[in-house]
Amino acid sequence: MFEIGLSHYLFVAAALFTIGVFGIFVNRKNVIIILMSIELVLLSVNINLVAFSAYLQNLEGQIFAMMVLTVAAAEAAVGLAILVTYFRNRGNIAVEDINQMRG
Amino acid sequence: MLAAIAFYVLAAIAVVSAIAVIAARNPVHSVLFLILTFFTSAGLFVLLGAEFLAMLLVVVYVGAVAVLFLFVVMMLDVDFAELKQGFLSYMPIGLIIAAALLAELALVGSAAMSTNGAPIAVAPQGQSEITNAEAIGLVLYTDYLLVFQMAGLVLLVAMIGAIVLTLRHRPGVKKQDIAAQVGRKRSEGVELKDIRPGQGLG
Repeated sequence: MFEIGLSHYLFVAAALFTIGVFGIFVNRKNVIIILMSIELVLLSVNINLVAFSAYLQNLEGQIFAMMVLTVAAAEAAVGLAILVTYFRNRGNIAVEDINQMRG
Repeated sequence: MLAAIAFYVLAAIAVVSAIAVIAARNPVHSVLFLILTFFTSAGLFVLLGAEFLAMLLVVVYVGAVAVLFLFVVMMLDVDFAELKQGFLSYMPIGLIIAAALLAELALVGSAAMSTNGAPIAVAPQGQSEITNAEAIGLVLYTDYLLVFQMAGLVLLVAMIGAIVLTLRHRPGVKKQDIAAQVGRKRSEGVELKDIRPGQGLG
C-alpha cells in the first residue's frame, strides 16, 4: 500500500487514458474538447513511458517520451490552426457538420 | 511514506482534474483543468526521478500548448452551450467503451504486478553523481541524435503548416510592397518636360 510500484503509475495512466477516450466519445460536437482529450491520452502514454523508464533503469523511455511530447505539441498547433481556418470559413466548429469531403 | 502520500495526492488530483477537463461546461475552465492535470503529472514525473521531463512538461504544455488552447478558445466566438447538447446522448456508449478499456488496462497492470511478485519500487536513476538532465543529454546527443534532429524537423513542419493555414490575404488592405518599391524604374516616376520661358506647364 505504501510502497509505490510500477503498477500504481500504470493505473494512473490507465485512468487518464480512459478519461481521454471517454472525453472523445461524450464531447462529439466540440473539437476543442476533443483535442484536449487527445492531449490527455498522449499524457497518459508519457506517464507509462517514464514509469517503465524508471522501472527498468533505462533512459530510452524518457527520450521516447520527449518525442511524444514533440509530436503532441506539433499536433496541437496544427489542429488548432485547422480549427481557426475552419471557423473562419464556416462560422461554427460543430464536428457533425464537417462532412464536405465525404465522397 | 512521504513519497506514497505525494503519489496518491498527485494521482487523485490528476484524475479528478482530467475528469473536469471533459465535463466542464466552460471551455476556458477545461483548459485550466488541463493545465492542472499537466502540472500534477509533472509532479508524478519528479517522483519517478525524471526531473528534466517534468520541467519540459511544464514549459511545453503549461507554457505553450495550454496558452495556445486558451487563445483559440477565447478567440473563437462560439456558442459552447449549444455544442454541449449531445453530452448525455453519447454517455451510455462512451461509458461502455470506457469501462471495457479501463478493465483491460487494469487487467494488464495487475498482471504485470503479479508476475513480478511484490510491487517493485520505482526508484530514481541509480547513479547519483550525475543528474537526470545530464544523463538524458549524454544519451540524446549521441545515440539518438538523428531522432533529435527529426523532432526538430517535425516542429519546423508544424510551425510552417500552422502559419500557412492561418495566413490570410485580405483584399483592400494597404500594405508596403517592398519589391515593387525597389524594382521601380526611373521611367515610371520621372518625366522630363521642356518648358519655354514665360509660359509654364500648359
